[in-house]
Amino acid sequence: MTVSATTAVVANEALRPHAEDAFADELKALAAADDRPRPARWKLSPWAVSTYLLGGTLADGTVITPKYVGPRRLVEVAVTTLATDRALLLLGVPGTAKTWVSEHLAAAVSGDSTLLVQGTAGTPEEAVRYGWNYAQLLAHGPSRAALVPSPVMRAMSEGMTARVEELTRIPADVQDALITILSEKTLPVPELGQEVQAVRGFNLIATANDRDRGVNELSSALRRRFNTVVLPLPATPDDEVDIVSRRVDQIGSSLDLPAAPDGLVEIRRVVTVFRELRNGVTTDGRTKLKSPSGTLSTAEAISVVTNGLALAAHFGDGILRPGDVAAGILGAVVRDPAADRVVWQEYLETVVRERDGWKDFYRACREVSA
Amino acid sequence: MTGAAASARPLLLGVRHHGPGSARAVRAALEAARPRVVLIEGPPEGDALLPLAADEQMKPPVALLAHAVDDPGRAAFWPMAEFSPEWVAIRWALAHGVPARFIDLPAAHSLALTEPGTDEPPGSPAVDPIGVLAETAGYDDPEAWWEDVVEHRASGGGAGDPLAPFAVLAEAMTALREVYGDGGHPRDSVREAYMRIQLRAAHKEFGDGIAVVCGAWHVPALAAKTTLAADKALLKGVPKVRTELTWVPWTHRRLARHSGYGAGIESPGWYGHLFGAPDRPVERWMTKVAGLLRDEDRFISSAHVIEAVRLAGGLAAVRGRPLPGLTETTDAIRAVMCEGSDVPLALVRDRLVVGETLGEVPDSAPAVPLQRDLNRLQRTLRLKPEASERELELDLRKDTDAARSRLLHRLRLLDVSWGDRATGRGSTGTFRETWRLRWEPELHVRVAEAGVWGTTVLSAATAKAESEAASATALAEVTALAERCLLAELTDALPVVMTALADRAALDADVSHLAEALPALARSLRYGDVRATDTASLGAVAAGLAERICVGLPPACTGLDADGAEELRRRIDGVHTAIGLLSGAGDGDGADGDAAGSPDGLRERWAAVLHKLTARDTVVGVIRGRAARILLDDGRLTQDEAARLMGLALSSGTPPTEAAAWIEGFVGGAAGGGMLLVHDERLLSLIDAWLTGVRASAFTDVLPLLRRTFSAYEPGVRRTLGELVRRGPSPEGPHGGGAEASPSGFGPGIDESRADAVVPVLRLLLGLDTGPAPRTDHTDRPLGATA
Repeated sequence: MTVSATTAVVANEALRPHAEDAFADELKALAAADDRPRPARWKLSPWAVSTYLLGGTLADGTVITPKYVGPRRLVEVAVTTLATDRALLLLGVPGTAKTWVSEHLAAAVSGDSTLLVQGTAGTPEEAVRYGWNYAQLLAHGPSRAALVPSPVMRAMSEGMTARVEELTRIPADVQDALITILSEKTLPVPELGQEVQAVRGFNLIATANDRDRGVNELSSALRRRFNTVVLPLPATPDDEVDIVSRRVDQIGSSLDLPAAPDGLVEIRRVVTVFRELRNGVTTDGRTKLKSPSGTLSTAEAISVVTNGLALAAHFGDGILRPGDVAAGILGAVVRDPAADRVVWQEYLETVVRERDGWKDFYRACREVSA
Repeated sequence: MTGAAASARPLLLGVRHHGPGSARAVRAALEAARPRVVLIEGPPEGDALLPLAADEQMKPPVALLAHAVDDPGRAAFWPMAEFSPEWVAIRWALAHGVPARFIDLPAAHSLALTEPGTDEPPGSPAVDPIGVLAETAGYDDPEAWWEDVVEHRASGGGAGDPLAPFAVLAEAMTALREVYGDGGHPRDSVREAYMRIQLRAAHKEFGDGIAVVCGAWHVPALAAKTTLAADKALLKGVPKVRTELTWVPWTHRRLARHSGYGAGIESPGWYGHLFGAPDRPVERWMTKVAGLLRDEDRFISSAHVIEAVRLAGGLAAVRGRPLPGLTETTDAIRAVMCEGSDVPLALVRDRLVVGETLGEVPDSAPAVPLQRDLNRLQRTLRLKPEASERELELDLRKDTDAARSRLLHRLRLLDVSWGDRATGRGSTGTFRETWRLRWEPELHVRVAEAGVWGTTVLSAATAKAESEAASATALAEVTALAERCLLAELTDALPVVMTALADRAALDADVSHLAEALPALARSLRYGDVRATDTASLGAVAAGLAERICVGLPPACTGLDADGAEELRRRIDGVHTAIGLLSGAGDGDGADGDAAGSPDGLRERWAAVLHKLTARDTVVGVIRGRAARILLDDGRLTQDEAARLMGLALSSGTPPTEAAAWIEGFVGGAAGGGMLLVHDERLLSLIDAWLTGVRASAFTDVLPLLRRTFSAYEPGVRRTLGELVRRGPSPEGPHGGGAEASPSGFGPGIDESRADAVVPVLRLLLGLDTGPAPRTDHTDRPLGATA
């Protein structure tokens, strides 16, 4: 098709290349080394897809970089689900790499991650089923040629993996259009008296945010069509510190902030505070804590640190200090002025105050919360 | 023929303890080989108890319990579930009239070898043989490897030779033992020597046709050719204690722990299912799970079950396993039935994977060691169990009495209510306790029931307290438990209880719960002092609790109704007393610059909170008044400041009910508040001074509020108050000898001029005349009159 031709030309200079382009070499090496049975129209076997996501070294020495750092178990469940005819629902709080995993899964399974429906409050039914080319429709009447297929419809007819982002943002009536597709594996086109049947290899990956619930909760009929995998927040503090500091560096350089020489201490502190409050228990596992109402995701930790860096660079001496992050942390933690404030005060008084080397931080926090 | 070969030499059936596949294989092998005697790894003293296994009342899981006669604390358990190969072998032997014997080292020796106190079970190899084999096969999880290679194979391949898996396993173990020797567990060689001797004895008695069921690890050692003399030499000089054995009921939950056979298992419920399911174990398991989740009101359709089974199968294929194991089924349940959530999954794990099965033991089983320990304690403490009721006075400063008190408290924890606490006569000192003792026959049954918790009164009470701490839901329950632990001096249980307490306190959002818990803790600290127990951890927890109260109290004091406010006021009083106690006993690691961590810091913080309460308009009146009063009593609020607050609270801008509540909180309500005023001149003069200062126009507004408070006092109190006030302050009184001694005091006699001043008001109130207002600066106390 002409459309895909133009994208291919642009791919080399794309600001953000698709997964299947960026990791084309790895996919090729995996396909060559992969001798296990592949489901119909899959580019790789389920085992190779898992390896592509989790990383590893192939027999010929090719190193596959890990795309997702997390439990192997989850990836295996996700891949196995795609190999059956059940759709996959990736749940998680914002910033847990749902979209990232979905893109790489589609790239590894079908070699194409572009069959994407972005869920918004305004997503119309045409985006899930099909639309019409009205010029054609008026000129020649209803015909297959006048039909504009949605990414889902294309995936069905070609046996590919379709992706739906932010499923719970889509209005309920549009969501329900997916039920027929997922249970009957067919998409009727009553205007033409035809239908498009899904061919083997078709499947669907949806992502949804499980933190701000209730926007457009999935109906149980639709929910039943999905196997659900919840992507967790980073498992260990070191993982999270690593992710935060790497992202902060990237953002910092794009904002032309001067590099902070001793920022790691504060980053670790921010991550510790976030993790402890999120998990409701201190890192040493000795003290339980109340959790505030906010998400306190890794992404928020990143923004607190970036913010602190900007403060330090423009108003301070360029070194990230407790005072620079205290206000940011307070803002992230205290979302509900009454309940969260108590949570935060308790945390300050029972945990932060007694901790060695946290005195400055304690004072800074007391100052901003007063 | 294999049968002939097997009967020539003892048939060695190496198993994994509690392995359902092993159990099946053992049954098949016994059916095929038809041995004339079955020898089982276990303490030989248990032979006499074996017939009980066939008793109708006997329901696994049960455990064979061995304990030293003079020291019931030294005990070992050999738990058996329905799916344990040992149990299967025992039942097979009993059903077929074949003698069964235990051949392991006698418990008399193994208990003597075990250092008392260490919880080292008799047979846990330092090298995990299965782990090594699994690693060799490329598995990272030994359980999964065993399931794939042995358990699943044994249940699936029915057509094969029932003895073949044991031969293969024996070979693998032999190879392992060549490398690892005794696996870092020297006592194994003694045990194996004993087993070989028993094997020879059985051979002499029964000839061929001997089957041995033992841990796979021991198979090579039993097959080894050694001389009788060498084996006897190994056993020489092994110490011995007098032991007794009995069957005790066991639970799946305790099977999941590491004890007895050394092989604690994670998933007894799952194994029980594998053993019990006639076919299609995964499908049956998923149906079971669906049933459980439906009972918990989750919507699980048959379609869910189908999809879960399919996903489990798919996962097994991706992971290269022959059949879905527990991991695969759990992953599938999470993704399909639980919508990715771990919360319902925890339920599945608790109810099904571990399971709640409780074993039963026939009544004819010998007495539990707990009873023995209790008898011993009763002897040493000279406390005879008597059916008639008698009272016992204990002086805790004496060692024997303290020990008696501990025993009674521990028994109460175990629900053996031999003694009841009675209120002591006369002295209420903390070193004195009064008990009412009465031994009822059914207490024996209670002791037997308590036997599941441990073998001695101390260990049983400790275990029970720990389990109660874990299952308690309300904070106050845990505090009460902590108090009981201190009384019973369960020092080992205390850390667990403290952790539970700290956890509950951290998660409890209701300040009044925290406030309810604190006084008991502070009390406990004092008991601790009397009984010289270590209460450092308790002090830390109590201080933490106080901190949380300080943080949470101000927001909690708003928007309360009258009852709620009154309750909270009482709590605040309790907390105030408790914080006073804590400051004396707090920890000393407040080397902080802010001095915030020190006990004094706590008191300061509490005072600051009270100040905040007095100043905040949204706080209900009773509490504001009470806070002001506490501060005044502590000297943290000056008289002037208190007067200002009082004026503020009782001025016309304040809604009348609020103002009335404030004054009630300040001087104290019906209960005792009046007496306080009678005796506390300072307080009375403060109120007096304020009241004198109220302008005439405002007085009519204030009057109902005061009346509301003061009319609740007893008539006698009211009269005394009136008398006091009538006499007026001493400096102006007729007998005012020490004129300037106490400006706030009240002298005897009547101050005529001031008494006159009140008359116009009274007339006004009584409606006698509507003359001009009296002198405004001398509107005086109509309290006694109006009340």
